[in-house]
Amino acid sequence: MRRSNWLYVPAGLTYLFLYLPIAVLVVMSFNAADTPYRLDGFGTAWYGKLFADRAVREGLVNTLIVAAGATALSTVLGTLLAVGLARYTRSKLLDAIAVAPAVLPDIVLAIGLLAFYTAVQFTLGRHSILLAHAVFGTAFVAAVVRTRLAHVDGSLEEASRDLGATPLSTFARITLPSLAPGIIAGALLAFSLSIDEFVIAFFTTGPDNPTLPIVIYSMVRFGVTPEINALATLLLAVSFTFVLIAQRLSRLTESI
Amino acid sequence: MTEPLVRIEAVSRRFGEIRALEQVSLEIRQGEFFALLGPSGCGKTTLLRILAGFEHPDSGSVTLDDADLLAVPPHRRPVNLMFQSYALFPHMNVAKNIAYGLEREHLPKAEIRERVDAVLATIGLTGLARRRPNQLSGGQRQRVALARAIVKRPRLLLLDEPLSALDKKVRAEMQLELKRLQHEVGITFVVVTHDQEEAMSLADRVAVLSEGRVRQIDAPVPLYERPADLFVADFIGANNLVTGMVGADGLQVPGVGVLPCPVPAAAVGRAATLAVRPERVRLGTEGGLAGVVRDVTFFGGTTRVAVDVTGLDRPLLATVAGATAVALGDKTRVDWSASDAMLLGND
Ligand SMILES: Nc1ncnc2c1ncn2[C@@H]1O[C@H](COP(=O)(O)OP(=O)(O)O)[C@@H](O)[C@H]1O
Ligand SMILES: [Mg+2]
Repeated sequence: MRRSNWLYVPAGLTYLFLYLPIAVLVVMSFNAADTPYRLDGFGTAWYGKLFADRAVREGLVNTLIVAAGATALSTVLGTLLAVGLARYTRSKLLDAIAVAPAVLPDIVLAIGLLAFYTAVQFTLGRHSILLAHAVFGTAFVAAVVRTRLAHVDGSLEEASRDLGATPLSTFARITLPSLAPGIIAGALLAFSLSIDEFVIAFFTTGPDNPTLPIVIYSMVRFGVTPEINALATLLLAVSFTFVLIAQRLSRLTESI
Repeated sequence: MTEPLVRIEAVSRRFGEIRALEQVSLEIRQGEFFALLGPSGCGKTTLLRILAGFEHPDSGSVTLDDADLLAVPPHRRPVNLMFQSYALFPHMNVAKNIAYGLEREHLPKAEIRERVDAVLATIGLTGLARRRPNQLSGGQRQRVALARAIVKRPRLLLLDEPLSALDKKVRAEMQLELKRLQHEVGITFVVVTHDQEEAMSLADRVAVLSEGRVRQIDAPVPLYERPADLFVADFIGANNLVTGMVGADGLQVPGVGVLPCPVPAAAVGRAATLAVRPERVRLGTEGGLAGVVRDVTFFGGTTRVAVDVTGLDRPLLATVAGATAVALGDKTRVDWSASDAMLLGND
């Protein structure tokens, strides 16, 4: 039986619904004129202008520092958390609590963190955003590594012990390499989530050193310019690449 | 040769309600090929894991060379385990997998390379040193797992169902290979299996386990000829088992008659089970019990005939050499010498 072609129509429309706004954004970023909503010729002038903008450059640097730091922290903590959970507890509840920050509404996490920082009189700045991002980053890494762990044969670690490796050496030589694809995928995910995170960063930022999403927000308040479209397009490209790589790695994970 | 290497004394292990091991005591001698045989779930793997150090008994003791083994962590025991799943490291090639245990001993690089090459030659995998485990066949993986364990030259090598993942033809080959290898390297082997033929053909001595208890420890021939109890008689090889009451001249079975067997004076008047091997049962025209041929199976060298005897709920089996003259539905008589049968208590 031949499949009727019209069944592709709803799927096509859904794709259109998902990606039309993004397509508009990308096209507009190459606008030659300074009209953010009407295309008037093609050019990359706005990209040049973007790189010349000091606030944007500083925002980018802050974002990269926060993302790199949060990723490093989340990767280490998330991996240890996943291994610890798998090894030392059978509690489903602990498991769920561990990955909850990944699915909690951002606004809840944001308010909670701000309340906490205020309660302990923590000064706000890049470091407070970094720690805040590490909170949900850790949960994401833990969730990804946990999935990977479920696919790893537990007898590998026993075989390593059996062949004379100490527990520490076994962790370094057998456990970590088996988990590597999951750990890398988790790290990429944490990084790409951190670079465009707004709500939590907005709540936990200090007076100086705003991250890029906050910079964009303050620019948008005076109206959308093609410069912002260009910036968003770049961010899009970066996150998209990261998500694709992360997905590749987790698929690799399943095939082993 | 007869020096005990391992002494297991009164070892018990429970998992909640399940008694995986109950008061298991046995000795494994230096240099022997020892088999732990029993149906699935009888505690074989648990015992092996206790020897390797991944499981601890609730009570009892285990010594190796007269030193307490239970106090030693797994990575310092002179014992290696070949896992049922082989547990080859997927991110290392064959040579790296085999060298892993030697590297952990911090041996000189040259010696490691030499020993790895030697063991690769022994198991016939020299050409595959650079392959990853997922590029190997089941039989090749099994060899690598074996090589990885014997290259450490352990005092004791434990093998958990080493051949169960292989197909029948490769399994027969590997049985011979295992035996040759054990002879060659002179390491004491303990192999776990649920396949009684495998245990009988491989091992010098076999311990039969059932529900966490040792039923009998013996060499294959006595195990077959003089089973200690009903479980062993039924589990090892084919057997005809008939229950009845012991009389002065044989086993009295209501509705069948008196079956010939040696009668110990003390057993008279008790309920017991008679066991007689199919190859000891004769088919003929005179004496014994009357029956009807129900099934004839030709195995090439031998033929197995199943005979329905009135009054018995299971057909009696007889194994005869070559092809046989009887056919399905024929009337025949079944007989055996009293000395070929044995009586077992019903407990
Ligand atoms: N870690 C464990 N937790 C709970 N029950 C177990 C565990 N290991 C083994 N058992 C139980 O103990 C019994 C013996 O298991 P095992 O030693 O694996 O048997 P075998 O290897 O002879 O098939 C089985 O009933 C099994 O379910
Ligand atoms: Mg088992």
